[in-house]
Amino acid sequence: MGSLTAQYKDSVLFTTSENIINWSRKSSLWPETFGIACCAIEMIAAGCARYDLDRFGVVFRSSPRQSDVMIIAGTVTKKMAPIIRRLYDQMPEPRYVIAMGTCAISGGVYNTYSVVQGSDLFVPVDVHVAGCPPRPDALLHGIVLLQQKITGSRDLKQQV
Amino acid sequence: MADQFPVAKIIANFNGRVSIDSEVTDMACVVVKPIDLVELCLFLRDNPAFKFNFMTDIGGVDFFPNLPRFQLVYHLYSIDFGWRLRIKCPLEDPPKAPTITEIWTTANWHEREAYDMYGIVFEDHPDLRRIYMWQDFEGWPMRRDFPLRGYKDKYNPFGEEKPGADQDPIGDIL
Repeated sequence: MGSLTAQYKDSVLFTTSENIINWSRKSSLWPETFGIACCAIEMIAAGCARYDLDRFGVVFRSSPRQSDVMIIAGTVTKKMAPIIRRLYDQMPEPRYVIAMGTCAISGGVYNTYSVVQGSDLFVPVDVHVAGCPPRPDALLHGIVLLQQKITGSRDLKQQV
Repeated sequence: MADQFPVAKIIANFNGRVSIDSEVTDMACVVVKPIDLVELCLFLRDNPAFKFNFMTDIGGVDFFPNLPRFQLVYHLYSIDFGWRLRIKCPLEDPPKAPTITEIWTTANWHEREAYDMYGIVFEDHPDLRRIYMWQDFEGWPMRRDFPLRGYKDKYNPFGEEKPGADQDPIGDIL
């Protein structure tokens, strides 16, 4: 950073407000700390030292009030779905949802009386991460895709 | 240890009301009617010759369309002697059985599970609620005439059509 600091010292950089907002949003995607099935194990692995989600600014938070992303990591039963929906409703906007794994995407092999056949039936899903369970790399890819989606968003223009 | 287990003592004590299931080969197994179940369980727990002080599991069975349709299967373990015993208890339809929560406290949740999945009513149970499914759920999912994929609703588009009310645990929140 030495030469860079010297080069840009006291400089003024020009960009758009939206770029600044999107950059800050995508650089601090804080997910909620909750997992509901075996996908959660891969999510935990993705958060630990080997894959290290922290380097993307992805830091798990223990409260939906402090979270930006909900990672639905596992099978959603009909008994659990209202609780997940409540967690989603408690998150401040802008909020994003990643459906992690086949069960969260479509119910997976659990085409039964007790399982919701896809979490997009009760929350709006931004990114689907396929796999059973997806490897940590796949979850990382999903988060990068979400960052790309945020980079392209134009919230200020929509509000005018 | 199983070969030393004196099943004949139980049979003799109950004078024909308890019989041996000779088809079972893996452990001692007796068959009893629900009306004699509590007496048998108390005898097995309190008799110093048996000391069945641990109730391992309760399972429900649905033999639909055969009769008698339902069955409860209890597994007991005697920690002192290392004996295992299986008790089978055939039930009519609608299924009713006496609770054994007073005898082994752990039976509370096991009986709630059997109630939740098979609709077996345990009379005088202190807290007979569903344990897995949500309270408003209709039907007994492990019964053989319940469709595996459940009934069609907003969250289960692949289920079977059900006449009448649809099951909607979440409501119109979206």
